[in-house]
Amino acid sequence: MVKDLMSPKLIAKDVNVFYDEAHVIKNVSISIQPNTVTAFIGPSGCGKSTFLRLINRMNDYIDGFRKTGDILIDGDDIYDRKVRVEELRKKVGMVFQKPNPFPKSIYENVIYGLRIQGINKKSVLDEAVERSLKRAAIWEEVKDNLNKSALSLSGGQQQRICIARTLAVEPSIVLMDEPASALDPISTAKIEELIYELKTQYTIIIVTHNMQQAGRVSDKVAFFYIGELIEFSETKEIFINPKKELTQNYITGRFG
Amino acid sequence: MSRHIDTNRLKDNLFRYFGIACTLFGLLMLGVFLFSVAQQGIQRLDWQFFTSLPSRKPEEAGILIPLLGTIWIMVLTSLIAIPLGVASGIYLEEYGKKNRIASLIEINITNLAGVPSIIYGLLALEIFVRILGLGKSLIAGSLTLALLILPIIIVATREALKAVPKTIREASYALGATKWQTTWFQILPASSGGIVTGVILAISRAIGETAPLIVIGAMLYITTVPTSPMDDFSVLPIQIFNWLSRPQKGFIINATAAIIVLLAITFILNGIAISLRNRWQKKVKW
Amino acid sequence: MRTKEKVIEWLLLLCATVSILTTVGILWVLISESSVFFAKVPISEFLFDKQWTPLFDDKHFGIMSLVSGTMLTSLIAVGVALPIGLTIAVYLNEYAPKSFRKSIKPILEILAAIPTVVYGFFALMVVTPFLQQIFPQMSGFNALSPGIVMGIMIIPMISSLSEDALYAVPTSLREASYGIGATRFQTSFKVLVPAASSGIIVSVILAISRAIGETMIVAIAAGQQPRLTFNPFVPIETITTYIVQVSLGDVVQGSLEYQTIFAAGIALFLLTFILNNISFYIKKKFQEKYE
Repeated sequence: MVKDLMSPKLIAKDVNVFYDEAHVIKNVSISIQPNTVTAFIGPSGCGKSTFLRLINRMNDYIDGFRKTGDILIDGDDIYDRKVRVEELRKKVGMVFQKPNPFPKSIYENVIYGLRIQGINKKSVLDEAVERSLKRAAIWEEVKDNLNKSALSLSGGQQQRICIARTLAVEPSIVLMDEPASALDPISTAKIEELIYELKTQYTIIIVTHNMQQAGRVSDKVAFFYIGELIEFSETKEIFINPKKELTQNYITGRFG
Repeated sequence: MSRHIDTNRLKDNLFRYFGIACTLFGLLMLGVFLFSVAQQGIQRLDWQFFTSLPSRKPEEAGILIPLLGTIWIMVLTSLIAIPLGVASGIYLEEYGKKNRIASLIEINITNLAGVPSIIYGLLALEIFVRILGLGKSLIAGSLTLALLILPIIIVATREALKAVPKTIREASYALGATKWQTTWFQILPASSGGIVTGVILAISRAIGETAPLIVIGAMLYITTVPTSPMDDFSVLPIQIFNWLSRPQKGFIINATAAIIVLLAITFILNGIAISLRNRWQKKVKW
Repeated sequence: MRTKEKVIEWLLLLCATVSILTTVGILWVLISESSVFFAKVPISEFLFDKQWTPLFDDKHFGIMSLVSGTMLTSLIAVGVALPIGLTIAVYLNEYAPKSFRKSIKPILEILAAIPTVVYGFFALMVVTPFLQQIFPQMSGFNALSPGIVMGIMIIPMISSLSEDALYAVPTSLREASYGIGATRFQTSFKVLVPAASSGIIVSVILAISRAIGETMIVAIAAGQQPRLTFNPFVPIETITTYIVQVSLGDVVQGSLEYQTIFAAGIALFLLTFILNNISFYIKKKFQEKYE
């Protein structure tokens, strides 16, 4: 309750998204508090990933993309003409579904975000690498092999390297697009644990098709269906006492 | 009914042997070429051959000047063609995907790749030799060959860039990198194997070119070692051509020896390129 | 940072436009010099005169004999390369074990990497004497020998492109044919080759274009006697050899003789340009079939 009194980290107001003629996000408004984990759930194609990608403007690269409505982070419109998208992405990081480390060493992967900002001092980089790998709960496993290729690690480890890479830039929001769906159950459990720990320092939004996962890691859940935001409440509420019948049907597995 | 099947099977088997024969024919011809060249030329290869200047007497003539010319051409052409070609490839593949000028450039490249090499010689004769006043110099020759091999380098660069998965670009952008940063720090390093392979193959092709250089006036008979890009020059293929048009048997032997040298350079370059390609393909298993 | 990005993009674009400049340059050079030529020599003479003797006192400027030499050698080349190249393509595609395919392909590519001046040597010094034993009437310079050698040179072109075309034929067609009990030979030639015909035709057209533009093999082994003939045993001259011949000689810049190489050049350019673009058109039109 106290959290709701603080100003929201992210506000979306009447957002519509079109890909050419297709209307893929319909009038979505949502407000997300800082240091929370919010899960976007919904059947395939409901728009949850599309909406997620609005937040770091990854949709900008798609042909025919058009948006109406506002998205504000810390009160600022992120689609404002003056906004430099590279700056935005330092504040909003993203972890992808399939781990995508660069074909370089673990060290090079983690410092990449800093290197492109012109940070080259070894001591600074070293410290950032240690800090990020610790936060991603993989420091102990790789600290003696930082020059090994990131591609030589297992899938779960690669994903944690990607998380470390994202954290090294010190974002305030971390977006995760089905981060564990390509991983085995043990790695998935590790990632979920990680998400729970990270929320003390970051605001996390995670897209997942796995409802149990949403139940385990999130504070709040947003249910999307065919581009609309059907319901958005505390996790417990959504699973035990959903307000909409559609939500109920999805949660009980009637479709999707 | 079964007679049909027998006939068909017979044809099938006959064709199989014919197929093997044709394939081996190509290899056989290759073997015969190389053997005939080696047989006649190998005895001529000695230190004197490599270091001598031209002479009216075949036993005294050597390939020093054309060999140096070939090396000069290799270096100058690379310096011109590689940056131009790789930059063009980067533009077409990473930047120009949707615009009309990129399509126009693409059409041009496809057409240029099919233009006979001698036409490049005519182009160079007018523009580099005459209008720009570069004369029949090494630099004119290198510019000519650079234009000739540009399409090869551009296509190789594009293929190598294309092979880098989209997810790498996505990850880079998501971390706040600009397009150029992504290209420079991630895409180029990841595609460098393919690019280098293409470049080496292109240079190997340039070294074997004769016709355009003849047209711009590369000398059949020069007596001074080239020391600057503005100097007159000759290259190995032209020397071979020259010696082949002389009646004396001694020059024919010289020609075969020079061919061995030229083939050695060509095969070494191609070999390096192919082994690089294999190594790179193994290393980067997307 | 935005400006730096823009500047880089412009620099890259500038490099890419070099290819446009090259085309423009080629067209400008060929057209401007030939137009001087065609101001002095009527185009009807250029097209229909049966003789090409610009360097003699009795000057004739009929391109036909050069074109005849070019076409004769090129057609011989394709006559060699097509059956062999196509057979290799079919064999590698349907018959050969994968390991054989993998090891053979690079070796065939070597044929394509050999400098043409070396092939010229081979034509003059090995193939011609060999053929003279079979055909004693054959002269030292002729069309047959360079034609055959050019054919060998372009075998990888036809085999490689045809093989790609055969490979692209959907497996369903193959399975349908084998399912009825057809042999590999029947499947290959009754189903696959027809299905891949557009790709194979493209490879042939490109091979012809390549042969037409070839210079050194014919310059070394075919001779310098422009002649309107189908006889493969006598010396002839191709468009490309003529250009080399003039370049080697002492022709004064700006003279009519000098301009003849550009007139010949524009004829050569048009021939290859038309052939190449026909093949691009065919490729484009039929590529959609299997998309």
